[in-house]
Amino acid sequence: MTAASSENNVSGLSADIALSMKNVAVERGGRTIWSGADFDVPTGSFTAIIGPNGAGKSTTAGLVLGQIPPSNGTITVLGAPPARGNERIGLVPQNHTLDQAGSIVCRDVVGLGLIGTKWGASIRTRSIAADVDKVLAEVDATRFAYKRFGEVSGGQQQRVTIAQALIINPDMLVLDEPLAGLDLQGQVEIVELVHRINRERGVTVLFVTHDLNPLLAHIDSLIYILDGRPFFGKPDDVVNAGLLTRLYSTPVQVLRTDEGCIFTRTE
Amino acid sequence: MHGFTEVLPSTTSLLADLSLLTTPFMINALIAGTLIAMAAGTIGYFVLLRDQAFATHAIAHIGFPGATLAALLFINPIWGLLVACVGGGLAIGAFGHRKGDREVVTGTILAFASGLGILFASIGSRQSGMVTNILFGNILAVSQDQLVIFGVITVIVLIAMVITGRQLMFCSIDPEVAAAKGIPVRALSTIFLICMSLVIAISVTVVGVLLIFALLVTPAATAIKITARPAAVVAIATSISVVSVWAGLIVSTYQPWPPSFIIVTIACTIWAVTPLYTRYRDKRTTPAALPTPAPSPDLV
Ligand SMILES: Nc1ncnc2c1ncn2[C@@H]1O[C@H](COP(=O)(O)OP(=O)(O)O)[C@@H](O)[C@H]1O
Ligand SMILES: [Mg+2]
Repeated sequence: MTAASSENNVSGLSADIALSMKNVAVERGGRTIWSGADFDVPTGSFTAIIGPNGAGKSTTAGLVLGQIPPSNGTITVLGAPPARGNERIGLVPQNHTLDQAGSIVCRDVVGLGLIGTKWGASIRTRSIAADVDKVLAEVDATRFAYKRFGEVSGGQQQRVTIAQALIINPDMLVLDEPLAGLDLQGQVEIVELVHRINRERGVTVLFVTHDLNPLLAHIDSLIYILDGRPFFGKPDDVVNAGLLTRLYSTPVQVLRTDEGCIFTRTE
Repeated sequence: MHGFTEVLPSTTSLLADLSLLTTPFMINALIAGTLIAMAAGTIGYFVLLRDQAFATHAIAHIGFPGATLAALLFINPIWGLLVACVGGGLAIGAFGHRKGDREVVTGTILAFASGLGILFASIGSRQSGMVTNILFGNILAVSQDQLVIFGVITVIVLIAMVITGRQLMFCSIDPEVAAAKGIPVRALSTIFLICMSLVIAISVTVVGVLLIFALLVTPAATAIKITARPAAVVAIATSISVVSVWAGLIVSTYQPWPPSFIIVTIACTIWAVTPLYTRYRDKRTTPAALPTPAPSPDLV
């Protein structure tokens, strides 16, 4: 028996569950945001977290990261209770604009994900530089690695921040609205990149978005927050006009094509 | 009309005047200026990364009543400066967390502090020369005692920046991810504000409350245009500060101009002409340099 699986057995979970919620509720400012979360997210899955604005998607990410405590129930993340500073989770936060990073080069933004948590003066090691170069190549950012972060496009910046999240070789990747501010082409590219990372690394991806469309062809499962309660499901079960109409409170049509399905809001 | 040669001193008198550089008060001033330039160059980079340029301006203003009050109480004004600047820095840190608030909070504290400074200065009206020194700086008035204080502060600040530098940089550009990784963002912010306030307090002795920007922020802003490499920015900013201070002192030995004027003029001139240089450099290098890998930045 490996160390990892015995560790997981202690918490009563098998290694193939990355995130488990048991009757979880969460409050912010004295108000219940959502409650009754009861599901397991499989390890290595590409899971979307969807819901209208203010439904509690970012709050869900905060719970997983240990930034917000649940007001009820039990959460297990990668076999342990959620905790701040979990080295096994990579994060791309909402509105990750890095206003002050404009002056440094993309490569240093990525490097900070690794050395920015350490005390002391910069130690130059070959392996750190090699790791940074490798992950830059993985997200296809080598071309602009030495450009200042403030001088590259929004999509390129998003590749860099994803590389920064990956530099610690996480077992879970949490992205909060990474498509915000990108044009359609840029959205598709980021989703395809995250999908490829998910497959190649086997990393569990939690992808927060208020628009499911660009993700539909790629996700394995999704958490949807409906009327103050998160549910877990497979895309085929969830993507039907009735449910989506309730989710967005506007009439939704679902169109199935050979390439998958898309839905449109008829407003 | 005056001829050009009449304005410039002759070579012999210039050399004679340069011997002034070895007088004790001038040596004090050179050492003080160098120490302060080193601290200012390092802090200045983080001031820019953290978007706190305006705060440096305000903290210096808060030092003004501290210094005039200390003088009223027959205490060395440097202590008043240090206490008021650090207090002001912590106040700005405590009240101005949200971005929208920061400018209003800072500006309000600044106005109030300037009012107090005028009050204390008017009560102790005998010390109008000292008020000018606080507002516009007088590096030639640095005493042996102050030099010790400057040295201690510079060493403390540089050590603090070396130890916390990388985490501070991470917090400055990426506060959310830094916090998620368990970096003590608030504590680091406080440590930085204290260091920044200490450096402002000692820099006031060189260029004064009103010209502080030119020594603390302008050199770093110039350096950041020239290079993206953090350590190189600090090195260039420090060099600009050192050159400005030394040039100010040297010129002051043969011209009746106050060193503050020369220091500020040099720092601002370098800042103003730098875009001409970088534009020329980028035009020359960009097309050819793109395919070849750039040298490794010193961060990683
Ligand atoms: N720091 C906070 N304190 C109190 N309430 C908050 C806080 N942050 C968010 N909320 C509230 O929690 C709810 C969910 O927010 P959030 O998780 O950010 O929504 P989403 O990401 O789905 O748009 C919102 O109604 C919001 O007003
Ligand atoms: Mg959100």
